[in-house]
Amino acid sequence: MNNPFRTTRRNIGELIAEWSIRAVASLSIIVIFLIFVFVFREASTLFLGDSDEATPQSTQVAQTDSTSQTTSSSEPDVYNPEAEEPEVYNPEAEAPSSGEEGAPGEFIYIAANPAYPHIYNPSTGLIPPDIDAASTEEDVVLGDTLSFTENFFSSTWQPVGEVPKFGIVPLLIGTAKTTLIAILIGAPLGILAALFVAFFAKPWIREIVKPGIELLAGFPSVVIGFFCLVSVASWVQDITGVPYRLNAIVGGIGLSLAVIPIVFSIAEDALSAVPKTLREASLALGSTEWQTAYRVMLPAAAPGVFAAVLLGIGRAFGETMIAIMATGNAPLSTFSPFEPARTVAATIGSEMGEVVWGSEHYGVLFLLGVLLFVFSFGLNAITELYVKTRFIKRFQGK
Amino acid sequence: MAKDLQTKIAAHDFNFFYGQKQALFDINLSIPERKVTAFIGPSGCGKSTFLRSINRMNDLIEGTRIDGNMIVDGVNVYDKEVDVVTLRRRIGMVFQKSIPFPKSIYENITYGLTLNESRTKAELDEIVESSLRRSALWDEVKDRLNHSALGMSGGQQQRLCIARAIAINPEILLMDEPCSALDPISTAKVEELIEELKDTYTIVLVTHNMQQAGRVSDYTGFFLMGSLIEFDRTRTIFTSPSKKETEDYITGRFG
Repeated sequence: MNNPFRTTRRNIGELIAEWSIRAVASLSIIVIFLIFVFVFREASTLFLGDSDEATPQSTQVAQTDSTSQTTSSSEPDVYNPEAEEPEVYNPEAEAPSSGEEGAPGEFIYIAANPAYPHIYNPSTGLIPPDIDAASTEEDVVLGDTLSFTENFFSSTWQPVGEVPKFGIVPLLIGTAKTTLIAILIGAPLGILAALFVAFFAKPWIREIVKPGIELLAGFPSVVIGFFCLVSVASWVQDITGVPYRLNAIVGGIGLSLAVIPIVFSIAEDALSAVPKTLREASLALGSTEWQTAYRVMLPAAAPGVFAAVLLGIGRAFGETMIAIMATGNAPLSTFSPFEPARTVAATIGSEMGEVVWGSEHYGVLFLLGVLLFVFSFGLNAITELYVKTRFIKRFQGK
Repeated sequence: MAKDLQTKIAAHDFNFFYGQKQALFDINLSIPERKVTAFIGPSGCGKSTFLRSINRMNDLIEGTRIDGNMIVDGVNVYDKEVDVVTLRRRIGMVFQKSIPFPKSIYENITYGLTLNESRTKAELDEIVESSLRRSALWDEVKDRLNHSALGMSGGQQQRLCIARAIAINPEILLMDEPCSALDPISTAKVEELIEELKDTYTIVLVTHNMQQAGRVSDYTGFFLMGSLIEFDRTRTIFTSPSKKETEDYITGRFG
């Protein structure tokens, strides 16, 4: 009757608080998961064939080019008013050719078709307009004989065109270039600043510098991008005299401004977490502050500092606004840091707004998103695993 | 105190402040060379503060201030000309908690050696072996010198810290409660070690354990509330102290 182990009566407010915390937590996890699912699903249309769930108009971009004339000839009927319109802009092109290629819709048609006769004619030796139609037709076929993977790993990114080219190589090069520059600048600066604040700075300096740098992390990236666009670009051009005002160097400097606060604050936390007694022990052996910091504290905090750099890399390749504004945003397949670059994130950022919903281009952009996801996920996983195992090794003496 | 003994460390009217709070009051004493001197007293009496003032470890604490002189080998260590790094190379220190660096056993010992001068591998090997032998650790670890020092037992770690301190061949060895975290067997080993080292080094030992002070030290100082109550030969302190407070503490009436 008098059970001493009966459950104590719970306060109702406590219960509500507990359950709402659980609900919010699970909701946020579900939302994150759904974002994953959504991005993967949108990208998967590229591989699972053109499922009909996408809008009819846009899937035809890929389809009509590739195969039967029946679809392409039937399509223009629907879009005739628009398909006819381009003739105003392009009198040289023949009406039938426009009918055959016009399926993609007016935007692509206008963008692509005028380019072909004018650019190609002189170089190939004055192809008559009526052959032009055939040759472009051939190009279309040729372009499509490239399998999707071949196209995907080619070195040209021209997502909008008669033969859309989705070569992600220049984007990867651009991302690698700018990220590398950003990390080469940002990581040493961030780590040195962290060392300074953790071990050398007087307390009042620390009180100013630490929040100052961390404030930079909350700086709107568009402001950093603008600053690079206007000021840093000029400085870099004045110093190096490169012909391109916006290039990978400027972009890398801009990204490093985003990277530094991340590297700094995580590295500083890691360095401050090293037991103070280690510092005393080292100093008592007659080492200088610098020797202590460099030979004892930094190695002891190495896993944390490593994590800081990895997260910095993650920030650098994921950063969009600075990359759009400061890199020149041109998808060039060159490793030169003095030429413009375009990152994966910037590509998504600048093209997603105008892409035809459900088209191949749309799918490719989502695929790039998946790529970013996987990359940053992998980076974080490495960080986590590496840091955990290294810390355990270091501090349990295994 | 016997006149024939060379004074190694001397404090003259030494006062110490943590901010506004005074921790040491007019300490005057002379610590003889190549002897073991123990400081006893209840917690917070200032004995550790005094010890850490000798090699200026208290400089690392913000807002501390001293007044008076701390003389080591005739030089006031708080002089402007004294380089604290050189000072600390001559005064080794062993802490209450063993603090091996997260490096290998070998690197732990060579750390202090390679700070300012480059030495050959053979020299380093020799010093590592001799300091480990002197700290009675060689036989236990000789096969795993390249393993992490953090995998050693607590007693081994503390002896490693002693080996690390004597590897740089200091003249003075400060020990801040070196056995307080050790089991009796490890404590016995460290005490043996102190016994052995006192021929070479001037050892200053802070301890909570009065038996230990009685066992290993030649001289004993009793601190209370930041003042040095009594300083004399250990035997005198433990058998016929001249101050009432000392007697009360030693006989366990307080503290």
